Amino acid sequence: MTATVSLRGVSKNFGAVQALIDVDLEIRSGEVLAVVGDNGAGKSTLMSVASGSTTVSTGVLSIDGAPVKFASPADARRHGIVASPQQLALCDNLDVVENLYLGHETTGRMGLMDEVQMEHNARELLDSLAAKIPDVRVPVHALSGGQRRSVSIARALLGSPRVILLDEPTNALGVRQTAQILTLIGRLRARGHAVVLASHSITDVLAVADRIVVMRLGRLVAEYQAASTTVEELLGAITGATTTLNTGSNPTVSTGAMSAVNLSRHTADGAHNAIR
Amino acid sequence: MQFGESWRRVRDGERPMVPIIVALIALWIIFGAMSPTFWTPGNLVNLTMQSVSTGIVALGVVLALLIGQIDLSVGAIGGLAAALVAVTSMSMGWPLALSVVLGLLVGAAVGTLYGVLIARAGLPGFVLTLAGLLIITGLQWNTLGSAGSINLPFDSWLVQFSQTAFVPQWLAWVLVALLTLGVAAGRVVTRHRRQAADLPAESVPAILVWTLLVAVAVGVPVAYLGQDRGIGWAVVLFLALVWGTDVALRRTRWGRGIRAVGGNRTAARLAGMPVRWLVVTACLACSTLAALGGVLAAGRLAAANQSTGGGEVFLMAIAAAVVGGASLYGGRGSAWSAFVGILVIQSIANGLTLLDLDAATRNIVTGAALVLAVTIDTALSRRRNPVTAANSF
Repeated sequence: MTATVSLRGVSKNFGAVQALIDVDLEIRSGEVLAVVGDNGAGKSTLMSVASGSTTVSTGVLSIDGAPVKFASPADARRHGIVASPQQLALCDNLDVVENLYLGHETTGRMGLMDEVQMEHNARELLDSLAAKIPDVRVPVHALSGGQRRSVSIARALLGSPRVILLDEPTNALGVRQTAQILTLIGRLRARGHAVVLASHSITDVLAVADRIVVMRLGRLVAEYQAASTTVEELLGAITGATTTLNTGSNPTVSTGAMSAVNLSRHTADGAHNAIR
Repeated sequence: MQFGESWRRVRDGERPMVPIIVALIALWIIFGAMSPTFWTPGNLVNLTMQSVSTGIVALGVVLALLIGQIDLSVGAIGGLAAALVAVTSMSMGWPLALSVVLGLLVGAAVGTLYGVLIARAGLPGFVLTLAGLLIITGLQWNTLGSAGSINLPFDSWLVQFSQTAFVPQWLAWVLVALLTLGVAAGRVVTRHRRQAADLPAESVPAILVWTLLVAVAVGVPVAYLGQDRGIGWAVVLFLALVWGTDVALRRTRWGRGIRAVGGNRTAARLAGMPVRWLVVTACLACSTLAALGGVLAAGRLAAANQSTGGGEVFLMAIAAAVVGGASLYGGRGSAWSAFVGILVIQSIANGLTLLDLDAATRNIVTGAALVLAVTIDTALSRRRNPVTAANSF
């Protein structure tokens, strides 16, 4: 399979802080790629570099083998890459259709908006995603967290992008709503989109991803096939307990002990997420 | 639709006009019972004519509120526009039409300046327009000069338009018929389009009921007010402005943008909305309508003086917008808020005057109505978004 988007040696620093260091990554169509890592590991920076929100310091981003530079998220959108941000960008006072089409409304006769056409398309899009939104004319403030997330993701899909970047899509959602979003991510893959999913939740990632990459301290430290990995293996890679990359030549007893502490904390987090 | 569902919509503020119309009808019944004069056609014609100038100002205030701003200087802008019209047309001999255009342009210029300062420099609209209120009132007094008051001749079209120009009754009925047919046709066309697009559509009985409601809502006032002088052309202008603004807010990209900016400015910007442009145009529209309201107020008084647009005009306009359901928290409200709101405010003023109660009582009652409206507004905002509503004041 050829890569839709590839990153070669991408680094990003904010002043003295190295947020991304020499990252190589391939994003492929029809595949859910999960990016996992601890807070500050560089997941969000990776997402914003790919979505055009921030520019790369060094390295090359290419689409179908051709190098590109994104000046803005709109630029990335034109190249078929969209992001559904962690902070939901919805207007509470507008209804579902109005939010979906905000900024690219369909206009009909005399410059008036074609509400019927927009509502029809919105209904079709949401149904194709199996999003459970019974009435598309209720204001978004009346929706549940999962429904709002669905609207936000559906919004990203309107321009038929090739790559969809989801940053923590199941954050702060309940069990049923999380399941809804994971189903929706499966639908996205079935529609042939490339999905990149950044998440804290190992259980969610294992449930839906095809391929998992692990980031730690700005580096991409490991890559797994979701089918052949385990929670323990991933946690080890996230905390640095099992991977041999970047640990230096002489691992000492004290780092091992620290990793063990981290590991237990993460196991607790993972369990917590699973319960949520 | 089920009754429970309808009630939920009213309670959650999705049908904001329903409680206000109920309150308005209650007011009318109370005043009618206390003073028989209130219900006479002559008094109700006065009520409509009194509502026009402040109502147009309130329409502008609704636009400012929708983007989450407020304009405290709307009265002063109207006063300055009125002063400019009087001075240029009377003292300098300009054609009246040109004077009116100048007044509106000055209003537009003030609004543009506000908009640019708010959108570009990020100044808070509240303090900016408070400063504007002082500055513009000063300019108004300077414009009027030492006389302090300039009369407009009774035969000028501005005075006649604001005082004595009424729609002939036959034409009023033609308009009622056209409006009713238009509403029915619009709904039938929408029904067909929605059915063709496989969307839930209004049933034929529902269309009939709605058409009948519109016919009654327009026809009864025309018939009743027609027993006296009828519907003033100024009232027609006000209604046309409200209707036009309503269509612009609901059906154009500009209007959608205005509501989006008021709802969530960041989201609107991320969606690619030209946020600064929208803020500037909303302020521009607000000030231009304020100037028009001031000019019409001068026409109704047949004079422009230092108190034109002064005192309580801006308070009444803002109160009308909020009573009509425009939210101080931004993003919520419609053009019809200005219409229904000013009817409530003017009914209170008119009814209390008929009861021989003075301006002091009027202010107290209007203030109480405003507190009630703001309480409802805050309760609704809190229901939607507990954090922002609690923190924004």
